Amino acid sequence: MSTLLDPFGYDFFVNALLVATLAGALCGLIGVYVVLRGMSYIGHGLSHAIFGGAVAAYALDVSYYLGAGVWGLVSALLVQQVARRRTIGADAAIGVVTSSSFAVGIVIISVIGTFTQNLEAALFGDVLGVTVPDVVAVGAVTLFAAGVVFFRYRELLFATFDPEVAEVSGVNLAATDTLLALTLSALITVSMNVLGVTLIAAMLVIPAVIGRLLTDSFSRMLAISVGVGTVSGATGVYLSYHLDWPSGPSVVLTAALIFAVAYVFSAARRRAIPEAALDAHAG
Amino acid sequence: MSDLVRLEKVTVRYGREPVLINVDLIVDEGDFTGVVGPSGSGKTTLLKAIAGTVRPIAGHVLRDRDAAVGYVPQVETVNWYFPITVREAVLMARIGGRVVPWPSRDDVRDAEAVLERLGLGGLAGRHIRELSGGQQQRVFIARALLRRPKLLLLDEPTSGVDVRTRHDVMHLIHELHHDGLAILLTTHDLNGIAAHLPNLICLNREVIATGRPNDVVTPSVLERTYGAPLEVLQHGGMPVVVDRIPGLEPAGAEVIPLREGHHEHPA
Repeated sequence: MSTLLDPFGYDFFVNALLVATLAGALCGLIGVYVVLRGMSYIGHGLSHAIFGGAVAAYALDVSYYLGAGVWGLVSALLVQQVARRRTIGADAAIGVVTSSSFAVGIVIISVIGTFTQNLEAALFGDVLGVTVPDVVAVGAVTLFAAGVVFFRYRELLFATFDPEVAEVSGVNLAATDTLLALTLSALITVSMNVLGVTLIAAMLVIPAVIGRLLTDSFSRMLAISVGVGTVSGATGVYLSYHLDWPSGPSVVLTAALIFAVAYVFSAARRRAIPEAALDAHAG
Repeated sequence: MSDLVRLEKVTVRYGREPVLINVDLIVDEGDFTGVVGPSGSGKTTLLKAIAGTVRPIAGHVLRDRDAAVGYVPQVETVNWYFPITVREAVLMARIGGRVVPWPSRDDVRDAEAVLERLGLGGLAGRHIRELSGGQQQRVFIARALLRRPKLLLLDEPTSGVDVRTRHDVMHLIHELHHDGLAILLTTHDLNGIAAHLPNLICLNREVIATGRPNDVVTPSVLERTYGAPLEVLQHGGMPVVVDRIPGLEPAGAEVIPLREGHHEHPA
């Protein structure tokens, strides 16, 4: 029993657990909108773009959160702007903007010659690197995101499901999209330390997809996604301590395992319900 | 009767391509008008210009500020795999005046009343994909009605549905019109829908003709609208458009007008 409770005696572990749990919940919450808008790749792209911002912040000797956050927001807004051109589309816009932003970061590294931050931690996440300011930052962004979803629930849902009619009905699409871009870039900025650049995208997508597999209701999908993100974050970091795995992969593998169970469960449920009842009018 | 919407010399472009050119249009209270024209003729853009989601590059769209507009998009544009129940879809319309995510008692009562009125009572908890074609169309009409509009814009409300569903949907739209709603709808169905409406607009980027079906569903207007010769018969006091594809008529086939009536030939 004491072995199971051992890690809770270390401040670094408690901090990491808090950050991972909050980051998981945050990714689950915002991931629903990312997935349903068909922008699953944006988490991957923005995390790379923000990596460029982190390098630039280091080179300019300004706060990581300020440099990476502003860089991420500008990248997200540029993606939206470029994606409005129908001939380009969201997926290509993400590729162009975020890869360019990442490339700027690499060029800065090569010009200044040094980058003393732990590159492996930035790429795959590092429990040991989590500090109290990191916990505060993730907590603040989680509160902000929860507030955005709570107070803008209807506008976000309408704009995600049916942007054209939403606009007719009085939803300010530009404001709604900008608010979502701001929340997303803040989320990635504060989650990078624990999840790593390469794995944030997975946590934005997997909990939301699990929610989609298990329900046909938007509000329930949101609740399931937040629940799965929270459990994956906490369980993943706990397992990473005992198994001596990097925290990011540990969190993502926990979510992937839940996905596998949900997938089998939903497949069994579909077999139990006549296919015709589900797809009668899908075409 | 007063104007709900007035379009003055409205021109809309997508890129360099003009989609609407110098369109003048007035929609009054109590109007029931269909917009017909070929694909790409600007029918949907006309509705979007009226709804305010497309900005004209020239001309003016003047709307009565006190008159809400309900917009029902083509069902083909709906993401049927989006996780949303009938209740959630309909309640989307109530976006203003409430900051908390859950609907008020009034919202729920109004939504249930509209769903009941449209024959969707008892289906509120169903996913939208689990409904029949007519029921799916009704969900989005219900969502528009929850805004208490004075003008209802419907984009191809009967596309892709069978004859019986088409009748059901059109009966519903007629009922809404009788209740005082102005209706403006687009359709490709000249015989099944357009010929039954009180007023038609023939559109091909510009307004070719407006008027009662018997006045505008003529070979000359249709040829200018569609760019192809079409025959028009009269049946039961309504025009019937015969679409003959040259070279594909069955051997010995000829058009025989049912009852007496004038039979116009392409100009």
